[in-house]
Amino acid sequence: MTRTLYDKLVDAHKVCDLPDGDMLVYVDFHIMNEYTSPQAFSGLDHKGLKVWRPEAHLSVVDHVNATRQRDPHDDASKLLIDNLENNCKKHNIAFYGLGDPRQGIEHVVVPEQGLVAPGMLIACGDSHTTTYGAYGALGFGIGTSEVEHVLATQTLRYKRLKTMLVTVDGALAPGVTAKDIIMKVVQVVGAGGANGYAVEFAGSAIRDQDMSGRMTICNMAVELGARAALIAADEKTLEKIKGHAHSASIDFGGTEWRSDDGAVHDQTFDIAAEDIAPLVSWGTSPDQSVPIDGLVPTAADTATPKSKAALERALDYMGLSAGQPVQDIAIDSAFIGSCTNSRIEDLRAAAAVLKGQKVATGVTAIVVPGSTFTRLQAEREGIDKVFIDAGFDWRPESGCSMCLAMNDDIAMDGERIASSTNRNFEGRQGRGARTHLMSPAMVAAAAVKGHLADVREFQTEGAE
Amino acid sequence: MPDQVTGLMAAFPQPNVDTDVIMPKRFLITITREGLADGTLADLRFDEDNNKRPDFVLNQAPWTEASILVVGDNFGCGSSREHAVWGLMQLGIKGVIGTGFAGIFYDNARKNGLALPIVSPEVRDALIQIARDPNAGACSIDITNRQISVGTQTHSFDMDDATRGALLEGRDDTLDSLKLAESIRAHERTLTEKMRVSVIQ
Repeated sequence: MTRTLYDKLVDAHKVCDLPDGDMLVYVDFHIMNEYTSPQAFSGLDHKGLKVWRPEAHLSVVDHVNATRQRDPHDDASKLLIDNLENNCKKHNIAFYGLGDPRQGIEHVVVPEQGLVAPGMLIACGDSHTTTYGAYGALGFGIGTSEVEHVLATQTLRYKRLKTMLVTVDGALAPGVTAKDIIMKVVQVVGAGGANGYAVEFAGSAIRDQDMSGRMTICNMAVELGARAALIAADEKTLEKIKGHAHSASIDFGGTEWRSDDGAVHDQTFDIAAEDIAPLVSWGTSPDQSVPIDGLVPTAADTATPKSKAALERALDYMGLSAGQPVQDIAIDSAFIGSCTNSRIEDLRAAAAVLKGQKVATGVTAIVVPGSTFTRLQAEREGIDKVFIDAGFDWRPESGCSMCLAMNDDIAMDGERIASSTNRNFEGRQGRGARTHLMSPAMVAAAAVKGHLADVREFQTEGAE
Repeated sequence: MPDQVTGLMAAFPQPNVDTDVIMPKRFLITITREGLADGTLADLRFDEDNNKRPDFVLNQAPWTEASILVVGDNFGCGSSREHAVWGLMQLGIKGVIGTGFAGIFYDNARKNGLALPIVSPEVRDALIQIARDPNAGACSIDITNRQISVGTQTHSFDMDDATRGALLEGRDDTLDSLKLAESIRAHERTLTEKMRVSVIQ
C-alpha cells in the first residue's frame, strides 16, 4: 500500500480515532506568540487546567514588538509582551523575549534553534506554520481555542485533508527565485484553490532550492489555502538540521519522510520552471500577480462578471489603471522582512542588488532581519553596511514589523510599498496601504529605481 | 446551541475576504476575547472619521439587523486570528453561508459555535439574490438536517459530521479530549527519547 508523505505524517501522529470522524493527533512541538495565545492561557486558568508537557512549547515575541528599538513602543504592546512572559513563567514554558539573542520571527527562530526536523508535527497559532513542511515536517496554523487544547492535552482534534501534488520541473531562468515559484503556484491554483488540501511540492526546481527557498515556498502555500505544505526530506534537509542548539536532542527519522513511489494524490498541478518570470502582485489577493515586464490586467483578461468586479475593486483600491505597464508603478516605500523572506539568504540576495547603489530619492526603505541571530550573522558578513550605504533603515531588532503592521511600522493611507512579505490584502500594512509582493531582490531593485523594476537589469547572476 | 440558526441574510459577495479585513490589526492588541464588535469589518463599516459608510450592506436597513451573511468564495482566508470569529459573533452574526472557507477560520468558527454551511456556487448565487431583497424575510439554517430555508426555497448544505456535532452539542473539546488522557499517554510511551522535544529555556 503506497502512501503520501502527508498520510505517513498523519498516521505516525494519530493518537486515536474519534466517534464523529475526527481523530486526535499528537503535537511534538508547539510555538506561541504574544497575540494569539493570551486567551488560551486564560482559558486554562478558567478551567483550572495545567499544561500537559511544558517543555514541548516555545514562546517568542514577534508580532507586536517595535523593531526601531528594544523597548515596547506603547503600553498596549507592552501589555501583550508582559502577559506572554508571565504566562510562560507561571507554566514553566521557554520564553525567547526581547533582548534574548534567540528572539525573532517564530518561523525564522525555530529552524535556527534546530527545533524542526523531518517527521515532526508542529503547531502554532499563526497561519504561516506551513513553513516547516520544507523539512518534511507537518506544520500547520491553529486558532486560539486550539492553542488552549494543545497546551492542555499536547494533542489536537484533526480531520484528515485531501492531498494535492504541485510539481515544478525544469531550470529556473536567471533572476527567478523561490518567491516567484510560490507566487506562480498561487496564481495557477488560486487563492483558496487548495482549501481542504495538504499540498506537496515536488520536481527538480523544488529539489534544486536550498532550505531557505523551500521555506519560502511552504510558507506562502497557505495563501492558496493549503492547511499544510510538504517537501520530501533529502540530504539537503539532513545537512541543514545539523549544528543547532537542539539538533543533537531531536530525531524523528530521515529521508524516509517522503511519498512512496506511485502514491496517489487527489489533485495534481504541473508547472514548467521555464515559464516562471520574476513576479509582482498588482492587486489585493496574493493570486493577483503578473511578470515584472507585464501589464496590469484589463477586464478583457477576466473570465466572468464576478472576476471583473473583483478586478475593478482591486484596481480602485490599488490606485492603478487597467493595462498600465507594471514597471511604471512608482513606490513610496520598500520593505524587506517577514517570515517569508527575512532569512540570511534573503538579505544576501537583496544586498547583491544594492551593492554600490542608492535608494531612489523620496523612497523610504526598511529592512528588518528575521531574527536577532540572523541580524548578527548579517552584520558579521558586512551586509548591514551594504543596506545602510544604499540608504536602507537597518533595524536593530527583529519581528514581523511592517508585514502586518501590528507594531509602529504602519503604512499611511495610499502609501505604495514594494514588499518581500506574503499578503497584499486591503489594509494589511496599514489602512489604505497598497502592497506589491515580490522577492527580496526585486524589492531592492524597486527601492533603487523608485518604481517596480526588473531585477534582471541588476546583473545578479549567482545570487539566490 | 439550538439546532436552528434563524435570521435575516445580508449579501456580502466580495471574494477572498480575509481575516485582516474581518478584524483589522489595531483591534488585536488585547488579552481578552471581549470588546471586538466595533472592530469587526471596521474598515468596511466605518470611514476614516468613524462615520458609518452608507454603501456597506450592514449599515443599510433592514440588514442592520442581519445575523446571517451570504459570502463570496474563500471567506476567512489569511491569518489564523480567532478574533475574526469572536468579532463576527459579537456583532450578532450567527451563520455565514459560502462555497468554501479557509481551513483555520472554519475550525475557529466550529470551536465557537458559528455555523458555516457550505453550498454550491449556484445555490450561493441564488441566496445572494434573495438576500438583496429587503422583503425577503428570515432565513433558517437547520443544522440537524443540513438545510437552508428562505421564502419558498430550500437548499441542502455540506457540513462534516464532527462540525455538525460540535455545533449541536456546544461541547468543550479541551475537556473532552482530556478524558482520553490514557490514550495520549499510550502514544507517548511509543516515542523515543529524541522524539520527546524539550525546549531549552
